[in-house]
Amino acid sequence: MTSTPRSTPRQAPAIAVRGVGKSYSGVSVLRGVDLDIAPGEVHSLVGENGAGKSTLLKILGGAIRADEGSLSFDGDPVALGNPRDAIAHGISLISQEGALVPALSVLENVFLARWSNRAGIARPKADRRRFDELIELTGFDVDPGARVDGLPIGTQQQVEILRSLARGARVLALDEPTAVLAEHEKANLLALIRRLAAGGTTVLLVSHFLDEVLSVADRVTVLRDGELVLTADAAEQTPASLVRHMVGRELDVLYPEPAPVPADAPVRLAARGLSRGIVSDVDLEVRAGEVLGIAGLVGSGRTETLRLLFGADPAAAGVVSVDGQELTRLSPRRAMDAGIALVPESRKEQGLVMMRSVRENVALASLGSRRAGPFVRPAAEKSAVEQVSRSVDIRAARSDAAVETLSGGNQQKALFAKWLARSPKVLLIDEPTRGVDVAAKSQIHHLITELAADGMAVVCVSSEIEELLALSHRVLVLRHGRPVGNFPRGVDREVVISAAFGDEGEQP
Amino acid sequence: MSVEAAPTTATPAPSKGEVQQRQGVRVRDYGILAALVAIVVALSLSTDTFLTQGNLVNLLDQVAVVGLLATGATVCIISGVFDLTASASLALSAIIGVTVVQHTSVLVGFLAAILAGAMLGLVTGTIVVRSGVNSFIATLATSIIYRGLAVVVTGGAIVYPLADQAEQFGMLTWPSLFGLTSATTVFVVVVVVIGLLISATTFGRRVYAVGGNPEAARLSGIRVGSIHVAVYMISGVCSALAGLILASRAGSAQSSMATGIELTAIAAAVIGGTSILGGEGAVWRGIVGALILTLIGNGFNLLGWDTTYQQVVQGVLILLAVGVDRWLRRRSR
Repeated sequence: MTSTPRSTPRQAPAIAVRGVGKSYSGVSVLRGVDLDIAPGEVHSLVGENGAGKSTLLKILGGAIRADEGSLSFDGDPVALGNPRDAIAHGISLISQEGALVPALSVLENVFLARWSNRAGIARPKADRRRFDELIELTGFDVDPGARVDGLPIGTQQQVEILRSLARGARVLALDEPTAVLAEHEKANLLALIRRLAAGGTTVLLVSHFLDEVLSVADRVTVLRDGELVLTADAAEQTPASLVRHMVGRELDVLYPEPAPVPADAPVRLAARGLSRGIVSDVDLEVRAGEVLGIAGLVGSGRTETLRLLFGADPAAAGVVSVDGQELTRLSPRRAMDAGIALVPESRKEQGLVMMRSVRENVALASLGSRRAGPFVRPAAEKSAVEQVSRSVDIRAARSDAAVETLSGGNQQKALFAKWLARSPKVLLIDEPTRGVDVAAKSQIHHLITELAADGMAVVCVSSEIEELLALSHRVLVLRHGRPVGNFPRGVDREVVISAAFGDEGEQP
Repeated sequence: MSVEAAPTTATPAPSKGEVQQRQGVRVRDYGILAALVAIVVALSLSTDTFLTQGNLVNLLDQVAVVGLLATGATVCIISGVFDLTASASLALSAIIGVTVVQHTSVLVGFLAAILAGAMLGLVTGTIVVRSGVNSFIATLATSIIYRGLAVVVTGGAIVYPLADQAEQFGMLTWPSLFGLTSATTVFVVVVVVIGLLISATTFGRRVYAVGGNPEAARLSGIRVGSIHVAVYMISGVCSALAGLILASRAGSAQSSMATGIELTAIAAAVIGGTSILGGEGAVWRGIVGALILTLIGNGFNLLGWDTTYQQVVQGVLILLAVGVDRWLRRRSR
């Protein structure tokens, strides 16, 4: 931990965090965080994907409950995991997923459940007057009569900010507020933050945009792997110094060394001009035995690219080919027939049928290969599932236990097993080790390396840059859906992160 | 940041939590069978008439219609959809069957009714899949259309087979194996076939996967839409067979046949323990549910209770079944 001198606040800090820690399924996402935030301060939280920033915000808002540590607001100790305390102290969390009622108007949302009324009869005119005052304060341009679900995301966010102010928020916690905004909207928001702070409102800002963080914040805190590594005056920092703190950890996991790709290895998977939504014009090539890593910030089009390669979403343009064979009208079925497999980002949402058994889940993608007429051949299925489960080391009490009873690591292994049962030629992996304990993580790393050594072509997306660099023979960096860098193994992680953030000119 | 705080799953502590969970599963798995046995034992002890051959034959004849519909409903619910067209399809296919009987023969007419049921299911399924409208609403609307078509086809009148066909038309009421009615035999055969289809085939596996997690199923190469169309066709065939049993009993068919029975079928499925959320359940559960509902009616008759309370008891039972299921689930999470 880098310790930095802090100015001792004269009055009680608006927010004081002491020794806060949180873990999910035995995976620690936040450890021993101490932080004081003075009233009227603009304080920014930065860190890589998964560093624990959003978790910390949610703990402050009472949305999730820390496992350990204590919180106090304005000097009053408060209970953990209780949104009421946060609300009582005027702490208002504005997250990436909005909390608006879509079918109501802007005005109704701003004063949600606190509408002006006399004896229960609504008085919209009074609300309208209050609304106009808020508009004057913020300088937003929002039509109070518009239905919220018809508004662009940026405007919806303004509605949330208006609501927080209407409720007398004294601490505004913004989770990546500018990620969805256009340039001029960003400038307006940053100006508003300064104005609010000048008026005594405390602002907590989580952002990926380091320039913007440094321009608006009084102080900056860097989180890395759930630990607070730096709290410093923003004036003393540069984007380069922040990046250095964000990534500057020693290797704490021993990664396997990938086998070199043979010089004559054929190209297994190729894509040309792949486009849809944010993904535009992505080209890539992966050879047999090669692991291609795709890096980028959240929202840079990594997951979307993998889904296009698998046909999970139809591409607007571009072609995918396997072993030189172009795949037309790509769908998951066609991709599977061509030997492609996708381990998706969220095993719960997209990967596993949680209430069904381990065996059924592992067998699901290869049912057709073990049947007698319409019937499943139970014995063949049992032995096939056992074999592949052993190869990835699934530890389940019984193979007929529902997959939801397994630990995150074993669930993830079951997801791998499902696809390995098909012996694919190309394996697309989105976040191979998310929410997985350290031991299983290491097993999955070895598994990926072994599969590649056996000749599989692997494309891997990971928010953990360490992991990505250790597993990959090559790293493709995406920014705003476009490839902005293609780096060989051994590239410095700060180079990759700088490319992902888009400030290549300021490499530390 | 969406990446952070991936709470994935709340995994229970391996030791105590898992043991509790397994017990929870076991109670939930077979609790409903215990309830059925309890009712049977109670009725056997409290009446002399329950365990007579006449009553049992009658009981199994009665359960055939609701049992067939409950089978269709169960299959649909496992795959994550509802079929509210069941009773309308029942009426329409029975009417089509009788109409064809008039022009050909009883057997051809019966086959035509089954085919009509399958085709109606195909149409319902296609509407649900293509429109993307929630299946509850889409099939509610479709059922009104089917019921309306039944009125159109019959002109609101009751349709009968020709006089010389009447006796053969009643064939489903004839006694068959073990003295059971033919309707019971048809019911048992169909339920066994569909039960095997769902529990032992690759198709069945896909039905569970689609109901449990449609996106995971799609990304595993399963054609989710085709599976849904297929389950509606199964439900349609079940409806048609139930319609034939009712028509055969009554010697006629009409547009208002069996109105509202689709809800009884869904109730039977749920009482049996099939999760309304999809992905879980079994055909035998629907049958157990149908048996329990039928036994309550039978018990009221045999015990000489005031049958005006019968529906109240059935309603309370449905609430109990779903409430206990929910409680067991929450406890095991």
